[in-house]
Amino acid sequence: MDYFTVVIAIVIAGVFTNNIVLSQSIGICPFLGVSKKTNSAIGMGLAVTFVITVSSVVCYILYHYVLVPLNLVYLQTITFILIIAALVQLLDILIKRFSPALYAALGVYLALITTNCAVLGTANAVITSGYDLLQTFVGSFSIGVGFTLALILMAGIREKVDLAPVPKPFRGLPIALIIAGLMALAFGGFAGLSFFK
Amino acid sequence: MDVKKFKETALGGVLSNPVFILVLGMCPTIAKSTNITDAFALGLATAFVLVFSNIFVSALRKVIPDKVRLPAYIIIIATFVTIVQMFIEAFLPALNGSIGEFIPLIVVNCIILARAESFASKNGIGYSALDGASMGIGFVLSICLLGAIRQTLAAAGMKVFATTPGGFIVLGLLMALFNSLLRMHKEGLRKKLVKEGE
Repeated sequence: MDYFTVVIAIVIAGVFTNNIVLSQSIGICPFLGVSKKTNSAIGMGLAVTFVITVSSVVCYILYHYVLVPLNLVYLQTITFILIIAALVQLLDILIKRFSPALYAALGVYLALITTNCAVLGTANAVITSGYDLLQTFVGSFSIGVGFTLALILMAGIREKVDLAPVPKPFRGLPIALIIAGLMALAFGGFAGLSFFK
Repeated sequence: MDVKKFKETALGGVLSNPVFILVLGMCPTIAKSTNITDAFALGLATAFVLVFSNIFVSALRKVIPDKVRLPAYIIIIATFVTIVQMFIEAFLPALNGSIGEFIPLIVVNCIILARAESFASKNGIGYSALDGASMGIGFVLSICLLGAIRQTLAAAGMKVFATTPGGFIVLGLLMALFNSLLRMHKEGLRKKLVKEGE
């Protein structure tokens, strides 16, 4: 299989077949927390995509060029979480400085990205999968796109469910979880697309 | 020792259950509750980190400057997660294969940071350890309950419950059940109060 096909397979896996929320159940907290309105879902999705991509690439470089040569692989978890926290802080400062409108739109969600396990999960996953630098970039970007897609679809459905007569014990999170389950079942249909592997 | 506070802290894991009531730490709850063994192991690892990070955050609460407290907490948590990770890699290789990828993610499990920020940073070491243990046990019990239900249903032929969609649905139904039980409990309390008032 040539290099190009592998990259396409990585993209399809990231967005559809191995969707980080609906198939691997990582990153569920923001998926349930920020999926009440479509607008904030889009903003959150874009911010997370950016952080996932940049942090995975930075973590990849640091892992292979600093931690491995110095024999410090056991510091992986601590290093990665610090990089992610620093990156989110940097993003916070930059967006505040250059685009106050976007900053106001993202609000508190921006700081919460640090504790989004999709970010740390992806940074770890690209290391264990043995990707090279380009594959890391493409792979983490498509995982971010998959997250955004799931978040926007969920927000669209939940806006409709708000208007429906849901039984009292199911209101709020329980019905959201069941919707997520049904969505994940539907996404299971994409499994047929993983013919590249 | 303040008996009321002791009782409140000790029962925290049940009355404000991290999974069903506070709705924290959803990712490992759904991802690793496909069978009861994995669920118990991951629950125990999380509880261990929770107890020790609570103790250390509480012990250092007067030393850590307010502005850098979150990064400081994250480093404390990450240290204990690394200890658990090394222990499992060295002594329990079979477990490492099934839940290994989720051990580093304990760092970003919101239960731990939430307890550090909302409890351990304000209370003494003893209470913080108790809170960690109580919340940890509450988490272990919830994830095991979920694991037991999913494993039983999957063994009964409904394979979908062993996959992610099944996890979402079982958790949703359980949460609805807890909501209605809680409402009935509150209604009962209110009726009792009204009766006593008469």
